[in-house]
Parts: sequence; structure tokens; C-alpha cells
Amino acid sequence: MDVFSIPVIGIVLQLIVYLIDVLPDLAPIAIALAAPLALGAMCGVVGERSGVVNIGIEGMMLIAAFMGFIVAGFVAQAFPMDPLPIFGATPALLLGVAAAVLSAMAVGLLHAWLSITIRADQIISGTIINIAALGLTGYFNRLLISPNPRLGAGIFATFDPPAELTSIPVVGWVFNALLHQGPITMSVIVIVIVLQVLLFRSRWGLRTRATGENPEAADTVGVDVIRLRYRNVVMSAAFAGLAGAWLTLEATSSFQNGMTTGRGFIALAAVITGRWTPIGAWGAALLFAFSDALQVAVSLRPPSGQLGDLLNGIPHEAYASLPYLLTIIILAGVVGRSIPPAADGRPFAREARA
Amino acid sequence: MSRLRQLWDRARPVVAVPLGAVILGLVVAGVVALASSVFTPQGFDLLLPFKVYAGLFGGAFLGLDHITNTLVNATPLIVAGLAVGFGFKAGLFNIGADGQFLLGAVMAAGIGAMLATAPAIVAIPVALGAAAIAGALWGFIPGALKAWTGAHEVVTTIMLNFIGRSLVAYLVLNVFQAPGFSFARTGPLGNAELPTLGFLSPDLDRLNLGILIALLLVPAIWWLLFRSTLGFEIRTVGTNPDAARYAGMRPAVLTILTMSLSGLLAGVAGGLDILGATHFIPASYGTTVGFDSIAVALLGRSHPVGILLAGLLFGALRAGAGPMQLDAHIPVELVDVIQAVILLFLAADVIVRQLLRIRRAKSGLEPVEAATGSYGKQASL
Amino acid sequence: MSLEPTGVGSDAPASTGPSEGVALVDHVPALTMRGITKRFPGVLANDHIDLDLRPGEIHALLGENGAGKSTLMNILYGLIAPDEGEILLDGAPVQITGTSDAIAHGIGMVHQHFMLVPVLTVADNVILGAETMSGPVFVDRHEAGERIRSLAQQFGFDIDPNARVEGLPVGVQQRVEILKALYRDARILVLDEPTAVLTPQETEEIFEVLRRLAKEGHSIIFISHKLYEVLAIADRITVIRRGKVVGSRRPAETDEDELAEMMVGREVELVVDRGDSKPADVVLSVTDLWARDDRRQDALRGVSFDIRAGEILGIAGVAGNGQDELVEVLTGLRKPSRGSVTMAGRDITGHSVRSIVEAGLAFVPGDRQRFGLVLSFPLDDNLVLTSYYRAPFAKGLVRDEEAIREWAREAIKTYDIRTPSEIVPGSTLSGGNQQKAVVAREFSRDLKVLILDQPTRGLDVGSIEFIHRRIIQKRDEGTAVLLVSAELDEVLEVSDRIGVMYRGRIVEFLDGRTAKREEAGLLMATGGRAQAAQS
Repeated sequence: MDVFSIPVIGIVLQLIVYLIDVLPDLAPIAIALAAPLALGAMCGVVGERSGVVNIGIEGMMLIAAFMGFIVAGFVAQAFPMDPLPIFGATPALLLGVAAAVLSAMAVGLLHAWLSITIRADQIISGTIINIAALGLTGYFNRLLISPNPRLGAGIFATFDPPAELTSIPVVGWVFNALLHQGPITMSVIVIVIVLQVLLFRSRWGLRTRATGENPEAADTVGVDVIRLRYRNVVMSAAFAGLAGAWLTLEATSSFQNGMTTGRGFIALAAVITGRWTPIGAWGAALLFAFSDALQVAVSLRPPSGQLGDLLNGIPHEAYASLPYLLTIIILAGVVGRSIPPAADGRPFAREARA
Repeated sequence: MSRLRQLWDRARPVVAVPLGAVILGLVVAGVVALASSVFTPQGFDLLLPFKVYAGLFGGAFLGLDHITNTLVNATPLIVAGLAVGFGFKAGLFNIGADGQFLLGAVMAAGIGAMLATAPAIVAIPVALGAAAIAGALWGFIPGALKAWTGAHEVVTTIMLNFIGRSLVAYLVLNVFQAPGFSFARTGPLGNAELPTLGFLSPDLDRLNLGILIALLLVPAIWWLLFRSTLGFEIRTVGTNPDAARYAGMRPAVLTILTMSLSGLLAGVAGGLDILGATHFIPASYGTTVGFDSIAVALLGRSHPVGILLAGLLFGALRAGAGPMQLDAHIPVELVDVIQAVILLFLAADVIVRQLLRIRRAKSGLEPVEAATGSYGKQASL
Repeated sequence: MSLEPTGVGSDAPASTGPSEGVALVDHVPALTMRGITKRFPGVLANDHIDLDLRPGEIHALLGENGAGKSTLMNILYGLIAPDEGEILLDGAPVQITGTSDAIAHGIGMVHQHFMLVPVLTVADNVILGAETMSGPVFVDRHEAGERIRSLAQQFGFDIDPNARVEGLPVGVQQRVEILKALYRDARILVLDEPTAVLTPQETEEIFEVLRRLAKEGHSIIFISHKLYEVLAIADRITVIRRGKVVGSRRPAETDEDELAEMMVGREVELVVDRGDSKPADVVLSVTDLWARDDRRQDALRGVSFDIRAGEILGIAGVAGNGQDELVEVLTGLRKPSRGSVTMAGRDITGHSVRSIVEAGLAFVPGDRQRFGLVLSFPLDDNLVLTSYYRAPFAKGLVRDEEAIREWAREAIKTYDIRTPSEIVPGSTLSGGNQQKAVVAREFSRDLKVLILDQPTRGLDVGSIEFIHRRIIQKRDEGTAVLLVSAELDEVLEVSDRIGVMYRGRIVEFLDGRTAKREEAGLLMATGGRAQAAQS
């Protein structure tokens, strides 16, 4: 063992101990931060399992965030109401979520049309959706929101889990982490489990997976490939819409230009890392979210000693880069070991057989 | 006149859709502006779209100072557009032009400030060279990752955009920060500034060497792509990587080379922007060049001449936006809407063809269409 | 010209149901296709075709590639709509509007390229589209598995419903395809070139299955271009040429020569005269070659052979026994894990593609559209795809467009490539001309070694003849030729020596002139000489 390795091992051990120590405080933040990533990943999983690559998840999220905020804000202005005891819901917030989901599905319809009927290159059409979303939301933000700084419907309140659950020794923090969340975050785990079961045990799941692997084969046994892909892409966009709603109706109560900051792409990496399964993608999303939450942990519960010096010495900008760096590293390590659906990204065309 | 007609006949299948997309984009943006007028203090105004067009056109072309602004805005767009288009020809999606541009800019700003008192003949090439190297590095990383691991560049380049922004902030705050300013920024460039035509007229004060460099790069890249063996290899790998391997080409090497070259160009674009126009960079540089360059490359169909024209168009739009806002009281972000609509029409080119009755060009698979096939798959060789 | 049948006329009695007992068999055809016509841009694929199929009959459709047999069957299966004509099932006219409709009418199709999803199980593949459900949402895999097992046993074979299709041998995969049709109660089965990928033994096995199906009352249409096979299995043979029915025969009243003439329209030399080979020195020497495939499994397990100048070595074998990897290693696309390759005395083991090509190797790949050409590039660029970087086509970084175009014009003339000009994109050429372009490019050099992989796949008889002749010509010029083909007949016809590949090794060398099909087939299927005759 050379001179270098001893202090390095020491630091690593300190880091592990620190992480375990800070986990109960970190977990609820990470689970919340994972929500938009996981929802974006569900959008990606369903789409790619059907054979359609959706690079535009980022754009869908952004448009949903914007539409959700605007609709909720204007409804709240027009019909102010007291929040309900459940999640602090108001009609404004609920209509905002609906608007977010529906607007994302509209973009999903566009993406479906471009990819399936026009058979445009799917990465290009997704990139175009992203750029267009940035431009359009930026403009309407300036036009509608900037002159209206008090616009906003507030956010959903988090659920308070009963003390009996959270005070259980050793595992109580898990309940706290999972349950002390807003409605959208809590719906994520349900969505993930339902999708996992449906994808591998239901007729819809079988036909979807067949279409993503070998659409010609599915076509010859009477599966309507085009219709299935359209429905799946539009439906998957709803998840991206929910992610957008999380941004402006559950996490913060404002809209900033480009506030998705790459979440849509991290979601794509989560899809690949999770081997195109809902549960795998959710796990990957959690991983990425934890790296994002690390910065919060360090500022809330600063570690002491050598580790503390080291972590405090790391510039703030490096922490901000951590989730992106982690995404690159994992993607590089995972691609190639993780096999996509065989027809992923390939448009389906019934060739004239002569 | 008939030679012109011949030229138009040959060019039409390729040019018709982008041209149509631009026209439709402007029309739709006019409608959006009209609808938006409801929300402005001036209220609904039927003449508003025309005020918008007039404002944009005038702001871009009327007056030497405005033309200068157009050219100055177009310079980084042309060079960065060449970067993105070059990548497309190889079947690679360099969405990282934003990060490469910024790193090039910060290196040019920092190194340039350090060499402010050195003779210009040294300061300018060194600063520009630093920008080129930084951009090339930021292109090399996703290129190498794609070649060695198969990690698709569409995701890695976007990640590097965000990391790049953080890196730029760090560098400006901790390495290149100049004392004596009210906000964090790099220092004055002195001799590292690109020479301008300001001596001819104060209106031309901003018209710098950058536009000349951009104009020279267009034929250079064209030659590289279409007349050189390297260009042939790049285009072959971009269109059919399997056949390329069987022809003895090495897709891995070409991927890395192309992404590095693309990054280099984007870095140079950033360097030209700083050395020629803005002369410094703050910790958080609000530039739209990154995504504009993608729009430029798509509109220009990845062809150097098309990119030149598209770059000039968007340069004009960006230059005209400010005066337009003053005249018509519509936010400058309308240009983003124009860009968005143009891009959407490019994607849905069927609509453009229907509306403007253009027949389908007899072209083969666009090289960048072959690239979606590599999404999520292991690198081969 | 329509089919002859005696006793079956257009005034056949109305259908009383398909299984009213064997006694009615002779009267009502299970299927009648009348006047079927289909036009594609530039080609009349089906020209007023009449066809009828009796219950319990195995009816072969014989014709060249591109004759229109597949089009006709795709119309039957609802994949294409005919321009004219009608279809009757058991005497009653039907409209088939899509594949689901065809399936509902009891028509099942086994395609030439299997329509299976490799990562799914046998059961999932069989039930896809006709899923056995437990409740409105979930699939009942258990029930499905039971049904599949019993169906298989009914027709004489075992199958594991839970096995993943990608791990199954090709012959078993084909049975999965047949099960798909039977699971949907198909009474009429269409098989498109079913024996293309089978060994002679597997072919015999599938014939047994087909005979049993026919005995149980299923009616079978068997599409093929292999003469001896249709003579062996069919009750009746209908020959189609250029979209028209040429005639119909029973096997007993015809032979291979007549059928071949009907298929092609002229007297055909079924076998190209390969002449005598005069082998000289050893040019290519492969010693104990090992290599792994994409899944890190050993695909080559100690391959050794020599090829002499002026000799054709044919590699026979069922696809998937290492032929692809062998070709990839020899051309430099794959690195071997062990062993050596020597060309004209130089060790080229593990060298790059370009250096091997420059040492004197040419390669005609199996999938010309994917590996041999860049379809959207102009023809002249394609013709210099492997030599674009050398003089006279380029000097350093700079290309010489004029030199390229001149060479292209020459090649087009010499190899009779049908094209309007040398600058049109490769995609505008027909399959045969595309292959000629690849051949022109590869053959026009001083070659020591020529490797060909499936060189005549999907081509018409004329193009096949042309290419076989050119190969023999190259051999006579002194090139060492390695011919890899899944078509056993091609290997038998053209090769001077044959190596049979099985599980990554060459298990036996045979003399090209004296080798027998059965012998080669047995080696391909089992890898070793048969035990004493089993009788």
C-alpha cells in the first residue's frame, strides 16, 4: 500500500459514514427531486418500448410547467378559494395539473405525428420540440408573467404521515421519506409499479414490447402498430406533463425560463440505465436525485473533520455539476451492457412487397 | 437571366422547403404578435404585425450601424452553425455547441485579458487559439465517449452544456476575474480585441474582423466536406457506418475527429464573439448562440452555403429585435417564437410542401437520419 | 392460362362448411383465387392469376425470385389489396381487408424471414395478437402454454413454451411460426420459402409435419424456387413466371428440367460449367483460428484451411455456425482471439481492413445494401468506396473527381451495369445491378484472394449466371476464391473444394465434383459422419 492510498481510504470511509448518517434527512429531499426524473423516465420507457425515441421530454416538461403555472395562476386570480385539507389542493392547482398534462399530451401528439406518420428523424424532431418549447415559453413568460409578478396559485402542501409510522426505530425514516411528500411525488411510486406490472403481464404490455422489438412481426399478426404507437406516445407524454406540473405546482411557485435544466435528458439516461424497465428507471432516477441532493445535505448538515474540509473546499459550481457528471459517467458505463428494444427509433413502414 | 433560372431549377428542391418554412414562420409570428398585442399596454392593434416586420427589417438593414449589428450577430451564428452542420454530416448531433461556445469565449476572454498589452499579432491568435482548443476539448469528450462506449452524444453534450456553464462561472469568479468592476467579469482585452472598421465611420465601430473569418470558413468547410478524402469519409460514416467499416474507414476515429473539429469551430465562434464584439464575459453569460446555431444548421440543411444564409437571417432577426421592441412594444423574445415556428415547419415539412405546392426532392436518406439508429446501442469498433 | 382441374368448376356447390367430412373433399376447393392482378409502379407483379387449392392438398408455387409468388400470397394474407380479381374460400367469395381478417378466415402464413420477436418466449410469440386472457387486462400464460404444448404434440414435436425464441435453433423457430398459425385455427397454411435456412435433415422433418397437417385436413401452399423439393413434397405444382401462371403439373408427370424451363422461359443450364481448376501455390493460409462473436461466445473454434491460387473453396453450413465471424476475421472487421492468417506469405492476423485490402484481398459482402454500398451516394462514389484515398482517385487530402468519373464510366461498360449515368444515386439501381456494381469494384483489382458472402442472394437466374461465370473467370486468372453461401446448391455447383462448417470448425473437406447433397447436409446438421446406415 503506497502513501497515497491510506488517506484516500480514510476519506472514503468517512464519506460512507457521513452518507449513512445524513440519509434520513437526505431521503425525503432526494425522493422529491427524483419525481420529475422518474416521471420523465416513464415517458421515455413507454415510448421507447413501443419503438419511438422521445428526445423532446425536456420540451414537454417545460411547456407543461408553463401551462400549469399560467392556468393555475389565472384561475386563482379569478376564483380565489381556500385550500382543501388534502394536500392543500385548490381548484386552481387541480386545473393547473390538468392543463399541464393536457398540454404535454398535445406536444406528444405532435411528436407522434412527426415520428410515426411523417417518419421524420426522431432525434431531430425531439430537439426541435425542445428548442421550440424554450422559445415559446420564454416569449409568453415575458408577455404574460413578467408584467404580473404576483401571479401564482401557490403549491400543493405535503402530506403529514402519522407519527406512529415515522417514529418506528431504524426504519421510521423510510416512511417519512416516502410519505412526507406532495401528491405528485407520492403518485410516482404508484405509477412506477403499475407500469411495471402492466408492461410485463398485460396484453397491452405484450403488444407494446413486440412493437418495439419487431413491428413487422406484430403487424403480421394483426396488431395495429401505428395506432398502438400513437396511443402510447400520447399517453407517455402525460407523465412528462405531470413532471412539469411538479416543477411549478409542487416544488416551486414560479416559472423561470428553461427551469427544466436538463431533467428531461437525465430522464433519458435513467431509461437506459434502468434497462428500459419502469422500476429500473425509477432506481436510476433516485440515484441521480441523490447526487443532486448532496449539495443540500452538505449545507444543512456540514460534515466535520477531514471530510468536512474536503467537501467545503469543493467549489459550489462543482456540486451543481454533480448530477450531470454522474449522468455522463453512468451512461458511458452502462450503454452497451443495456440493450434497447430492437426497433427503437426506427420508423415503421409497410414496404410494398413485390 | 436563363442561367439564373437554371440555377434556381437545380436549387429549388433543396431550397424550397427552408425558404417556405421561413416565410411561414414570419407569417405565424406576425399572427402571434397580433394576438399578443391584447396583453400590451397599447392594446389590440391590427397594424401590429406590419410594425413588427418593419421594425425587424429596419433594425437589421436600415443604416450602417444596423447592418453592422446584423453582421456582428451573424458571425458567431455562422461559425457555430458550421460546427453543428459539420457534425450532422457525420451523423452526429452536436447539441453541445452552447457549452463549447462558452468555453471558447471564456478562454478567449481570460487569455486575451492576460495578453492585453502584448502586440496584437501575438495576442489575437493566441487568444483565439485558446478558444479553439477549449472548444475542441469540449467536443472531444462526447466524441470519445461515443466512440469508446457508445454513449449517445445527444445526452452527453447537453450534460456538458450545463457542466460547461458551471465551469465558466467558476473560471470567471476564481481565475479570470478582473478587479475594479461592480460585477464579476473578465478584464479589458486591450490589444487582443479584433480590429474593426471604426476608423472609416463611427457607425462601423462594431464591424470587426470576425465576419471576415466567418466568411472564409464557409468555403473552407465546404471544401473539406465535399472535395477532400476526409470529408468523404466523414459523410460516408454519417450516412452508412456499416459500409464505411467495410470500406476500411474507422468510424471511431472519425467520430472523435468530427466532434473535436465541431467543438473547435464552436469554440472559435465563442472566441470571435468575445474578441470582436462583447470584449468581456460575465460569470453568467446570457447568450442564445448555442441553440440558435442548431436552428441555423437545420435551416441551412447542414450545407455550408445554406448555413451562411441561415446565419445571416438569424443575425438579422437578432439585430432587428431590439429596435422592433422599441417600435412595436413586443418583447424581443418574439425572435425565439419565429425560430420555434420555423423549426416546427422544418420538421413538418409536409405542411410546407402542401401549402406552397412543392414536390418532393429526390434525395436519399439525410445523414443525420441514420444517426438515430445508433441511439442506445453499443459502439462498434 | 388457368389451372386445369377436372371436376371443379365455377359452379361449384355453395359451401357447406370446411369440415363436413372427407367425402366432400374432391368437390369444393378450400381456396380459389381468380384473376388476381396487382400493379406496382413500373411492374405488373401479378397478371390475372388463377389458383385453386383443394382441402388436404399440398400445393407448391414455383418461380424465380421476383416472379410474383410472394405478392400473390401477401394479397391472400391481407397485407396487400389486389387491383383486380376475387378470392373464394370454400366456394364463397370473401373480402380480405387486412391480416386480422385473413386470420379470422382461417388463413395462416409463415414468412420467409421469420416474424418472431427474439427476446420474447415461444408462448408470447405464439399468442401475440390473439392473446389468451385471464380477465380484461392480464394475459394467461399458463393456459397458453398448455394449449401450445398440446398443439405441438398433436403434430409430432415437442416445444417449451417458456423458452426464449432467440436461443432456439432455426428449425425449431420455424415450428413456432407454424404454431402461430395453428393456434389461430388456420385451415389454410402458406409457407414462403420455408427451407431456405434448413439443413436437408431439417427439411425432411418439416416435410413430415406438413404431411401430417395435410392428413388432418389442412390445406397448404408451399412457395419455393427449389425444384427437387417441390417434386418431393407437393401434390400439385403451379409455376409462375413474370406475374403469370405458366402451367400446373403433378410431380409424377414432370421433372426438374421441364419445371426449370417453365420457370425461366428458356432452356436453362442449371449448372454453370466450372471447368477444371489448376491450383498453384497456397495463397491464403488459416491456422487454428479462434474468435468470439458479439456476445463474447466462441464462434470460431480452431478453423484451419488453405486456399491455393486458381482454386475455389466453398464453405457450406447452416447459418450461424461461425461463417459470419470467419469472414469478418479474414477481412479484418473482427480480431481473432487465437490463431493466424497468412496471405501470400505475409502474416495478416489482426490487421486492419484497409491493410488487408491493400495486401490484395477483395470482399463482396452478404448484405449489399447495408455493407456493400452507400445507397444515397452517387454510383461513382460507390465504385471507388474501397480505393477513394489512393491515386489516381486522390492525392493526399484532395480528391480527383474527373478520374473517379472516368473509371466509373469504364466499369459500367465492362460489367454491363444498367444505369442512366454514373452520377445517379446507388438506390436507383436494381438489386442485380447493385450487386454488379459491388462486383465491378471488387473484381477490378489485382487480387490475390477474393471472398464472397452469399453473392447471389435474392437475384434472378440471369444475374446468378453472370456472377457465377465471373467468379470462375477470376479463379482462372489465378485468384484464390473463398465462397461462403447458405445455399448448399450454390456451393456444390461452383466450388472446387468444399469445407463444411459446424459449430465454429470445419469438420470435413469434400471434393467439389464428387460431393453429394445428403452427405454434405448430414455434416452440416450433425458435424460428423453418420453411423452405419440406420435402416
